[in-house]
Amino acid sequence: MPMSLQELQNKPSVLRGDKVTKIFGYGVNKNTAVNEVNFNFRESEVVSIVGESGSGKTTLAKMVLGLIGVTQGDIYFRDAVRDISSHKKKKEYWKGIQAVFQDPFSSFNMFNRIDTLLLDCINLMGGKKLPKEEKVRLMTDACSFVNLKYEELTNKYPFELSGGQMQRLMIARIFLLKPKILIADEPTSMVDACSRATILDMLLKLRDEVNMTIIFITHDIGLAYYVSDTVYIMEHGQFVESGTAEDVILNPQAEYTKRLISDVPKIHEEWDLSTVAGL
Amino acid sequence: MGKIMLEVKDLKTKYVTRFKENVYAVDGVSLEIEEGKSLGVAGESGCGKSTLALSLMGYYFAPLHYISGEIIIDGKNISGMKPDDVRKNILGTEVAYIPQAAMNALNPTQKVIRFIEDVIHAHDKSVSKKDIFDMARKRFEILGLPQEVLNRYSVELSGGMKQRTVIAISTILSPKVLIADEPSSALDVTSQKMVIKMMRDLMEKGYIKSMIFITHELPLLYNVTDHIMVMYAGQIVERGTAREMVFDPVHPYSKGLMGSIIVPEEGTRDVKLEAIPGTPPNLKKPPAGCRFAARCKYVIPTCSLGERSRRVFDDNRMHLCIHSVDFLRETYAKEGTGIAAIKSQKSENLKENKKTSEKTQENASNKSSENESEV
Repeated sequence: MPMSLQELQNKPSVLRGDKVTKIFGYGVNKNTAVNEVNFNFRESEVVSIVGESGSGKTTLAKMVLGLIGVTQGDIYFRDAVRDISSHKKKKEYWKGIQAVFQDPFSSFNMFNRIDTLLLDCINLMGGKKLPKEEKVRLMTDACSFVNLKYEELTNKYPFELSGGQMQRLMIARIFLLKPKILIADEPTSMVDACSRATILDMLLKLRDEVNMTIIFITHDIGLAYYVSDTVYIMEHGQFVESGTAEDVILNPQAEYTKRLISDVPKIHEEWDLSTVAGL
Repeated sequence: MGKIMLEVKDLKTKYVTRFKENVYAVDGVSLEIEEGKSLGVAGESGCGKSTLALSLMGYYFAPLHYISGEIIIDGKNISGMKPDDVRKNILGTEVAYIPQAAMNALNPTQKVIRFIEDVIHAHDKSVSKKDIFDMARKRFEILGLPQEVLNRYSVELSGGMKQRTVIAISTILSPKVLIADEPSSALDVTSQKMVIKMMRDLMEKGYIKSMIFITHELPLLYNVTDHIMVMYAGQIVERGTAREMVFDPVHPYSKGLMGSIIVPEEGTRDVKLEAIPGTPPNLKKPPAGCRFAARCKYVIPTCSLGERSRRVFDDNRMHLCIHSVDFLRETYAKEGTGIAAIKSQKSENLKENKKTSEKTQENASNKSSENESEV
């Protein structure tokens, strides 16, 4: 169930950004992808960052994950300035923050079996010296959490699975790692509507079990409305509107948000095709 | 009833794998589309939607093979024709197809106008390049695409623009049936809307006579098409108008699909998403009897005995389930989950609103007539 605003404000902050900026290129080619963005994500909060393609959502996610550098501004992880200056520190940071990406087909190493993938996660969590039976038990648990059968998957390669199964396996990974923050970058845009429901349910279940903060990055306003406590609307690298999902989506203030909502086909209201924006 | 543009009778096609196994991906599909109407095909991944699209073109190449059935386009039977004949006389003029990965359909080393020349020259070699350019320019103008696109390479276009260009190219010869296989699934909402608007323009201006729209986005299907057909494991399990299918699904599978709809509207947040457990059956050896039985909530022992026959109800609707329509509707009403639960509330509100607006209008008209009489 979505949390109320008060409940949220009492929770400790896990990730905070202060005027985070990313500029690509120099001189004439200078391109500000993310422009002085402030945010504060709290424990077990479900956040959605919504925007069109090219609005800087994924760039922000990559900065938060530490995959690309920050041009300006600071990111605070659990109220301390994040330190990822060395590979060792980065690895430590990734124990607390993980991601599920859009394309399940390119998230896996095609040369490794599924066992290897899950074992890597166990190793990252410091379980390298566990007995084999214990490792198998952990992997079986993780697979059954996402309604997959470990016995059927063992010794298989990722490309032998369907898109929905692969995406579920990504979530099994997250279940093993139990990070504080999960960044889900368009996790359901490449799977069909049925698997989408399953995947969302699993992510929300995970939130309830391990008190995880989930950051959804999506262009699907319907999805944002369904899953999130708070919604941030992003346009040209800036947040134009933010607030609880109910406030932002049912009662949008910014022109951009209104347009995004009107672009989504609906069931109970007429979908107005005449208001298509310029070419 | 309008003229029937496309009629398909009991179409069966299969894939033959490397190990000579048969996969029956389209198994006894019958449908018809009238002139000026569109038909949506819904279903989860792997249930045969895209194979149906390929089969309807009549253009078969390995591993897809034709088994039996008839495809009649505007009175002309195209099933069993040779691939070369189909390519020359059918594709482009009778049927056009927009593939799922239309974004990658354009060769990056050629300008957009070259593709249009290719399409037209495949049918008539005598048309001059200048005529083609004029024709393309006019068509692009009508569809609201900038003319510069014609002299651009595909890599210079954005995703949404590429998709619209592909649609414009494939419909340049005004086909009778347009088959669109997930034309907007890789686009964001704004580009998606532009693509849909263009397809509707094509339909309204008569460049295409009818359309088959394949997608798993149900709210989109509901807004775009007149009829919706739900496919499962190569068969059609239910058919009805878009409204009926979304608000009153009868087959347990369609009911499950409709339960996965997400829309940003008031109240939808409190409805729990229904996911159908399990995966579609392996079509190499489809299960006997009802193919959905293994995943169905309302399964009874007789479900897996014998083939299900189509049951027609409410004049033009069809479903494929052992239970009667009344039984299913009652059961769903008791459960009261899914989009239908908020629907009843909403539609009542809408009705009331309509009534009040009608009343106010009546009052207004009464008043005006009174005024007139007074005058």
